[in-house]
Amino acid sequence: MFDLPTIWAGLLALVILIYVILDGFDLGIGILYPLLQKGEERNTAMNTVAPVWDGNETWLVLGGGGLLAAFPLAYAIIMPALYVPILAMLFGLIFRGVSFEFRWRNPRHEKIWDAGFFGGSLLATFSQGIVLGAFVQGIAVDGRAYSGGWFDWLSPFSMFTGLSLVFGYAFLGTMWLILKTEGELRDRLYKLSLPLMLTVFLLTGIVSLWTPFLSPEIFARWFKMPTLLYLSPVPIIAALLAWRIYVNLKRQNDYRPFPLALGLFVLSYAGLGISIFPYVVPRAITVAEAAAPDASLGFMLIGAAIFLPLIFIYTGYSYWIFRGKVKAGEGYH
Amino acid sequence: MESVDNIALLLARLQFSWTIGVHILFPSFTIGLASYLAVLEGLWLKTGKQVYIRLFKYWVKIFAVVFAMGVVSGIVMSYEFGTNWSVFADKTGPILGPLLAYEVLSAFFLEAGFLGIMLFGLSKVGKKLHFTATLMVAIGTFFSAFWILSANSWMQTPQGYSINDVGQFVPEDWLKIVFNPSFPYRLMHMVIAAYLTTAFVVGAVGAWHLLRDKTCEGARVMFSMAMWMAAIVAPLQIFVGDMHGLNTMEHQPAKIAAMEGHFETQKGAPLILFGIPDMEAEETKYAIEIPKLGSLILTHHADGEIIGLKAFPKEDRPNSLIVFWAFRIMVGLGTLMASLGLFSLWLRWRKKLYDTALFHKAAVLMAPSGFMAVIAGWTVTEVGRQPYTVYGLLRTNQSAAPVEAPAVATSLLIFIIVYFVVFGFGIYYILRMMKAPPTPGQTPTASSHPIGLDSIMSTQTGKEDN
Repeated sequence: MFDLPTIWAGLLALVILIYVILDGFDLGIGILYPLLQKGEERNTAMNTVAPVWDGNETWLVLGGGGLLAAFPLAYAIIMPALYVPILAMLFGLIFRGVSFEFRWRNPRHEKIWDAGFFGGSLLATFSQGIVLGAFVQGIAVDGRAYSGGWFDWLSPFSMFTGLSLVFGYAFLGTMWLILKTEGELRDRLYKLSLPLMLTVFLLTGIVSLWTPFLSPEIFARWFKMPTLLYLSPVPIIAALLAWRIYVNLKRQNDYRPFPLALGLFVLSYAGLGISIFPYVVPRAITVAEAAAPDASLGFMLIGAAIFLPLIFIYTGYSYWIFRGKVKAGEGYH
Repeated sequence: MESVDNIALLLARLQFSWTIGVHILFPSFTIGLASYLAVLEGLWLKTGKQVYIRLFKYWVKIFAVVFAMGVVSGIVMSYEFGTNWSVFADKTGPILGPLLAYEVLSAFFLEAGFLGIMLFGLSKVGKKLHFTATLMVAIGTFFSAFWILSANSWMQTPQGYSINDVGQFVPEDWLKIVFNPSFPYRLMHMVIAAYLTTAFVVGAVGAWHLLRDKTCEGARVMFSMAMWMAAIVAPLQIFVGDMHGLNTMEHQPAKIAAMEGHFETQKGAPLILFGIPDMEAEETKYAIEIPKLGSLILTHHADGEIIGLKAFPKEDRPNSLIVFWAFRIMVGLGTLMASLGLFSLWLRWRKKLYDTALFHKAAVLMAPSGFMAVIAGWTVTEVGRQPYTVYGLLRTNQSAAPVEAPAVATSLLIFIIVYFVVFGFGIYYILRMMKAPPTPGQTPTASSHPIGLDSIMSTQTGKEDN
């Protein structure tokens, strides 16, 4: 059970979850950008993540690097299969990443980089959603290589997961901004939050119901006794969380909706894991088949054991330093 | 079908060289600049002199822009191994993957985690903690160089591995893998190159402002610091480069032959200064040579034997035309850098360092020299490794992903356009920031640009100090 490949599958799943949690709200702010007023509001919104965005995105690099290191075969199959959405994501991340700096460099160019921040965040998020959908849907494999074409990823399901993630990240972004801002900006976000939450809930529901019908194997996994019994709390907890978010938004409690919304994401993510494990390329390659030799996994585990706790400490410290509401006009620019 | 595959392969190679070539420019600058910032802040804490913290604030903004560009172009690299070189990724993943994972864990998080505090946190955490953050960022850039150069060096001089039944390289001895034979030399050579790149940019900015206002204190301080660096480190680099070359001759003689334009194996080989290596005709045309000097440099004996390209089968030879010329560009630039550095010592001794306009103009012209030398040097070592990705073991044409040519052509085109646009803007912003004087001048010569953004920016700098 706790052999090195399984440990690494768990660690990588954790890394990707942390990425989704941390960069989700961060990308969400970019998606919300057109709804914020030019100038001050956008400045403040960006400054709520400016000190931490780079660290958030590093989890994506660890996800990619970790997959290469721990499951090189899976990495070698998934990346070419998802060539187009992966590269689209990278292009999106380029535009939004540089916007954090470029936006402040020339007042006359602010429009360009507002658009870059929005467009880049939207493209990156939509692509990540497509990657997720196409991945769950399955990838054509022949021997040790991807055997499909360069548009296999395109399907109604992957488009739909792309769309859902856009709304999902925008929702996280809203909760984050409610937590980090005040005044008019926060009030407007409160108005936005309820319709947005309902949309996210609807979309997540559709994706959850759609997923088991993608393959008989996933279907069997969800709708089989006694598994069904173990899994039944998942939708119940989700409904409970949604209720708590609703109540707290109504009461205008700035601090609770964000962690609760993260809880919703964790739950959906767990559901996804149930649909996939023990595969690392769904229904084609298992964790054990793709795993690098123990000599690689063990060597890396030492590094993870040393560095991950340190990373948690100083990342937490950095969030702690920049805690609290961001006032208009703060920043080093 | 084969020709279509060849096109896809060529496109994938072009895409990789373009994306990595652009990417390496940013870390080349930030590795040195992070250390420079740490030195500036350290000097400020130690002496309390305002000029150091002003210079810190001046360069930290530039650092932030360059760093952001390095981050976004770097994320591309960590996925491109899979999207375009999936067979390579599958086969080398068990060895290169952990090295890259260590880079992310020990370096990228450190840099990213403390960058926020370094940029935004001075008023929140106090001086000492802030200095710690700056140091962490600098250490992070070094760790990053350590791991990525270890990985690259393993591809050049692989050891400590075995090959399993599905054809993957698997680790046998991690110490041997990490500290493979070419690694120490490549690490030293690259870190020094990064320091020089930074020194010549800082020196050029200092010189540019000295040409406008000799009394500008910030410009004097940064110019002086940059010239010390150039004077000491540029000659050191020539020495380290020579050691790196000797190491290459031991492990990759074909690369040396391509660098030297030697096709015949010979004792007492000449040094070919210039010429046009012709891979088809198997000779270096129009060669201008100095007899025996080639052997003297490479073997330290006038009659030492140097292996030529003909000693290797045609399909195993790197392209000498590219390697030969890239090597000469690198060496030429290195020589210029060392000359400028040594000349600065003489001017300093004569107390004319801040008064010699011609020298300042030369220093301005040398601003891009470090970047050019880095690109030329990487061209030597990477093209010189061809036709292999893992030297002698895995061929480049057996490393690529099964992605169709139109897909790669499209992405390559987008990469070229996006990089030109995005990084073009970035370079423009950096140049604008460099144009603002580092500290307010004491004489009204600053009136050469009395209105506009420069004066606004300098006022802002003034405000921040309060």
